[in-house]
Amino acid sequence: MAEAVARRTVDTATARRWLRDNGVYAAVVLLLVYNLAFTANFATVSNVTTQLVQVAPVVIVALGMAMVIGTEGVDLSVGSVMAIAAALLPLYLGYGLVAGVVTALLAGAVAGLLNGVLVAVVRIQPIVATLALLVGGRGLAIVLVDGQIKDIRNDALLSFGSGDAAGIPYVVWLAAVLSIAVGLLVRYTTFGRRLVAVGDNRSASALAGLPVRRVLIVTYVLSGLLAAVAGIVATARLTASDPSSIGNLYELSAITAVVVGGTSLSGGRVRILGTVMGALLIQLIRATLIKNDLPDSIAQLVQAAIIVLAVYAQRERRAGAA
Amino acid sequence: MSLVSTVPAQDAAAGTGRRERIAAVVQRSGAYIVLLLMVIVSSFAFDSFATTGNAQNIAIQSSFLAIVALGMTFVILSGGIDLSVGSVFALGGVLAAYGIRWGSLAALLLPLLVCGAIGLLNGVLVAYGRLAPFIVTLATLLGARGLLLVITDEGSITRIIPSDSLLVRAAQGSFLGLGWPVWIAVGLFALGALVLQRTRTGRSVLAIGGSRDAALLMGLPVARRTMLLYLASGLLAGLAGALAAAYSGSGVTIVGVGLELDAIAAVVIGGTLLTGGAGTIGGTLCGVLLLRVIQNVINQIGTLGSSYQSVVSGGFLVVVVVIQAYLSREQRL
Repeated sequence: MAEAVARRTVDTATARRWLRDNGVYAAVVLLLVYNLAFTANFATVSNVTTQLVQVAPVVIVALGMAMVIGTEGVDLSVGSVMAIAAALLPLYLGYGLVAGVVTALLAGAVAGLLNGVLVAVVRIQPIVATLALLVGGRGLAIVLVDGQIKDIRNDALLSFGSGDAAGIPYVVWLAAVLSIAVGLLVRYTTFGRRLVAVGDNRSASALAGLPVRRVLIVTYVLSGLLAAVAGIVATARLTASDPSSIGNLYELSAITAVVVGGTSLSGGRVRILGTVMGALLIQLIRATLIKNDLPDSIAQLVQAAIIVLAVYAQRERRAGAA
Repeated sequence: MSLVSTVPAQDAAAGTGRRERIAAVVQRSGAYIVLLLMVIVSSFAFDSFATTGNAQNIAIQSSFLAIVALGMTFVILSGGIDLSVGSVFALGGVLAAYGIRWGSLAALLLPLLVCGAIGLLNGVLVAYGRLAPFIVTLATLLGARGLLLVITDEGSITRIIPSDSLLVRAAQGSFLGLGWPVWIAVGLFALGALVLQRTRTGRSVLAIGGSRDAALLMGLPVARRTMLLYLASGLLAGLAGALAAAYSGSGVTIVGVGLELDAIAAVVIGGTLLTGGAGTIGGTLCGVLLLRVIQNVINQIGTLGSSYQSVVSGGFLVVVVVIQAYLSREQRL
């Protein structure tokens, strides 16, 4: 009797762990199969391209978010940082493409530095430290461009936004390359290992002599940089800089992608491939519902349910840690 | 510490004691002092600031946020957070506008029912499901907005609340020069302060926020209390949304975006620790007023766009949390 109970507990634990580790892949595959079979006009090149282009900025932001969440933090400011980057871009494009892009990236890095210092040095909870920039950042972005929508008149940037290589849009290439780069960074570099260690146990890492503060600051700077890249991408796609709408609610999409992808909110585990898949899954759900004539509101409800399910699947780890 | 230990023991103790006292005063009254200074300076700087009309305006603008922030205070005191309040606020407003066809009572009860249910769902998932509050309420933030879009036909309908209905007359009416929403907010804050300071429930909220494990070992009904807090937060956000919709005469779908951040900012500026366990209801009221005075002053300046408001609020939040972090470290030493 007791043995049977024990075995069943082990079985549910195993099932949960499987769901946690592979749930996102299974869901993506299931949805793909469903769409290929039942949704009209799904398996067309143009549809696949559209979906990928739409998801690219989310993926880029989510890469940074995954690293931050891996340190047991969160970066709520990414949407506002996108807006700041988008606002600075047209202001400095007059001095050339490089000046515009570098300024936008610098702003992202500075924003990340601010978050990182608040979290690592002043030791403020990440959710509050980054909340301040979420509140203030968008206002700042709007102030920077005087509340106007500025057209982008740089041919190179515009062709980056709309062009493609080998049939795949540049934007998608960029997201793919960044995903691989961040994946390698997390997995195969000293920084990556330290990041995971700090997220797993900050005080133990400090005692072991790891440069905890530096790791945290660099992580937030990377998140800010990636958000700025996403801001540039969104601006190039839109062919205009609209800081009041660019990046709006991206922090939510990014967090969802990361959590659905199996990265633990309690830190110490970063799954980059899972994050990319998580972003794809959300996009797929939206596309599936919309292509089957269900409104966006239902997609939002489904997304909410999926977040809860994904976190529930992760719950066992928290219970084990307690 | 090593510096202090070289000083004679007595002096060190006295020094720490004084710094601790200063820290405690700033922690407890910092927001009040800043609010007072700001009001005084603004009164001299702008002729139109210290007028009855402007004060009434600030009061009514503060009341809706204050009601939301009250629920948030309790949730944060218990060591949690409720990100869904902005969406729930908007949903409450739309539901009030939707329910007015069945009369004013229905227009008030419908939002309370649905928003209470969302709060309850948050509470159950956090308290019994042991899921992280941050992520649960993030999900209901999305869900409540989805629900709102369903009701308003994807946001294309703005439902009007007839101006002759009892609800609108109540929301727009005033008593002793102050609007009814202001009185409702004041009443709720008094009740909230009473509950927090004088009841077992209130003290147990602080105990849970201080240390959940210790509260469990003390035999407090941690899960039930936690669930109630999220329920209350949902109810208050729904009530505030319904009142705001009645005040403006329509249920607008785009309101409440970012309201959760304003509420959290007000709570934090009011001196409540985000880690839970310490804070006051009065501080939150002060935080709300401070945010709205900032907004008002920026409007008074006139040449500054409304975007400056969020820049200033954000900057303010940074300053406050940095001071808080240093003060709480001071107290720990």
